[in-house]
Amino acid sequence: MSGRERIRVIVAKVGLDGHDRGVKIVARTLRDAGMDVIYTGLHRTPEEVVDAAIQEDVDVIGVSILSGAHMTVFPRILDRLAAREAGDILVVGGGVIPDEDVARLKSLGVAEILLQDTPPEAIVAMVRRVVAERGPR
Amino acid sequence: MNDDHRRGAAAIDTGAIGRLMQQVHDWERSEVARFVARAPERQPEFRTSGGFPLKRTYTALDVVDTPIDDIGLPGRYPYTRGPYPTMYRGRFWTMRQIAGFGTAEDTNGRFKYLIANGQTGLSTDFDMPTLMGYDSDHPMSEGEVGREGVAIDTLADMEALFDGIDLEKISVSMTINPSAWILLAMYVALAKRRGCDLDKLSGTIQADILKEYQAQKEWIYPVAPSVRIVRDCITYCAKHMKRYNPINISGYHVSEAGSSPLDEVAFTMCNLIAYVEEVTRTGMHVDEFAPRLAFFYVCQADFFEEIAKFRAARRVYAKIMKERFGAKNPESMRLRFHCQTAAASLTKPQYRVNVVRTGLQALAAVLGGAQSLHTNGMDEAFAIPTEEAMKIALRTQQVIAEESGVASVVDPMGGSYFVESLTTQYEKAIFAVIDEVDRAGGTVKLTEESWFQRRIADFAYETALKKASGEKAVLGVNRYVDPDESFDDVELHPYDASTATRQIDRLNRVRRGRDDAKLRSLLDRLVAVARDETQNLMPVTIELVEAGASMGDIVETLKGLWGTYRERPVF
Repeated sequence: MSGRERIRVIVAKVGLDGHDRGVKIVARTLRDAGMDVIYTGLHRTPEEVVDAAIQEDVDVIGVSILSGAHMTVFPRILDRLAAREAGDILVVGGGVIPDEDVARLKSLGVAEILLQDTPPEAIVAMVRRVVAERGPR
Repeated sequence: MNDDHRRGAAAIDTGAIGRLMQQVHDWERSEVARFVARAPERQPEFRTSGGFPLKRTYTALDVVDTPIDDIGLPGRYPYTRGPYPTMYRGRFWTMRQIAGFGTAEDTNGRFKYLIANGQTGLSTDFDMPTLMGYDSDHPMSEGEVGREGVAIDTLADMEALFDGIDLEKISVSMTINPSAWILLAMYVALAKRRGCDLDKLSGTIQADILKEYQAQKEWIYPVAPSVRIVRDCITYCAKHMKRYNPINISGYHVSEAGSSPLDEVAFTMCNLIAYVEEVTRTGMHVDEFAPRLAFFYVCQADFFEEIAKFRAARRVYAKIMKERFGAKNPESMRLRFHCQTAAASLTKPQYRVNVVRTGLQALAAVLGGAQSLHTNGMDEAFAIPTEEAMKIALRTQQVIAEESGVASVVDPMGGSYFVESLTTQYEKAIFAVIDEVDRAGGTVKLTEESWFQRRIADFAYETALKKASGEKAVLGVNRYVDPDESFDDVELHPYDASTATRQIDRLNRVRRGRDDAKLRSLLDRLVAVARDETQNLMPVTIELVEAGASMGDIVETLKGLWGTYRERPVF
């Protein structure tokens, strides 16, 4: 972290997928764990999310997706981060994502994927872990 | 109504009530006290999933405040025991498995498979671009075409979707909301092209836009013009499609977004009130359209609570329509609903257990008096279901209908002290929510202020904490976990990567073949009709789709007039 105590996270819904039950629970869970949390609301483009993440100077982008479009959405986010030289912002994901795609997404550079029914404390622990592993920016 | 009929369901005299109270009191102090001293109960208190406190057992004392007439008889006001007098003794509920993926041809194949396996109604799932009103080649559609449902851009797709299916013989449900009126227009255009009698078409569009802002989150325009579109669908169908349900007021998505079962039903009633007010403002009497209003509820895991919920929903609806809106026709007062088992109750770990979960939920739906039912596939925590999973889900309904015997008696739970008591508690609690919404300014205002959204998010968060603590059991997730489970052998529904190309090719063929001047003049007329709130959008929309307009042509044109909706997110 850039010399600050609190982890900053932007949680995002990308594309047309409207399932927002999970993302709201994640947002509240991380906030209750003492993190600064920004929620984008629904139907954002990958580019909007990355630009907001940079503007808000977050440590982590959390993308929730249950529509099956993850193999389209995550690469576009990672590409945009690279193009804007913000590759130190971590990308994590959650939703309904087949195991084989989880492996592919991780190989593309997604730090972690959490699937349905992950307990809240495990989500908090994961975010803290990936930020700690990345080290100071 | 005389006083005898107002008396409690138990209809026991004061002396008997006194004796029963004494018996219950003695029982608690003797048998129960001794037993609990030796073997304590599993937990200090018991509640339903929705938080209603549960007693150890129920007696006639628990129904003394429920008037006999409120329980009533099947097919008679207030319809607590069912909308029809014979229910499943006449015919079973409609077994309506939803299907939709890929292009229209792909979904047509699944429809025919389901019909061949004994399904009695069709139900269509659309992909996200269709649901949100985007053409398949719009940038927002990238990666989504035909993935979560079938892609529909033009009337040509609709023709392929129902190819070889007799629309006068089978009822067709379309799960579609902000763009529903365009799909309805395509359906009407297709039926007319085939020479069908519109009054013989049965089926429904969902077209419940208020719950979209509250829960499912598919929208295009701001609230007011969106409610006007719903109004236009209702009034058009009332005049031109006698058997068609122009709306399915839906609690399903409210519940799946995380609400309590109470709020699921209460919110549908708040939305109902808003729609009825909107339509009656046109001068139409409630009895002219209310007989075709239909509902859609989930069936969650808490067996008796769900049955009571359905029974209470019927009673509340009947009272609202009669007392609040002055309905005279009994058909305006009987609530009919489609039911779907709870997708969010399905787990990925030990996913075969989902068959059992779904079976119990389906049984509760049947005991609750559903008119139509979808049972989820066991593999839906992975992806949209395979043919095999859908077949087992359909067979689950057939076992309940044809082997279990539960369909032989109407409302077999009627008279259960527990179920009647919970039904009445539900009725009172639903009316309390409606009162709160009325006092705070009504459904539309509170929707725009995210009041409904916040209540849903709060209950969803509580549920997540209960699952995490283990208080709410989820087998395979927080109990009986199988750490070595592998999903390698799970066969999933594949996504055909050629879908988007095939779909966009057809869209472009339609675009090349149409008369652009005619299209432009119709789009101008659409805007003029939309500007004039006294007019109905349906006729010009039907002409547009007949002239080859795509969904995107129509939706984007009206965005120019009405703008788009942007949510104020709350969490």
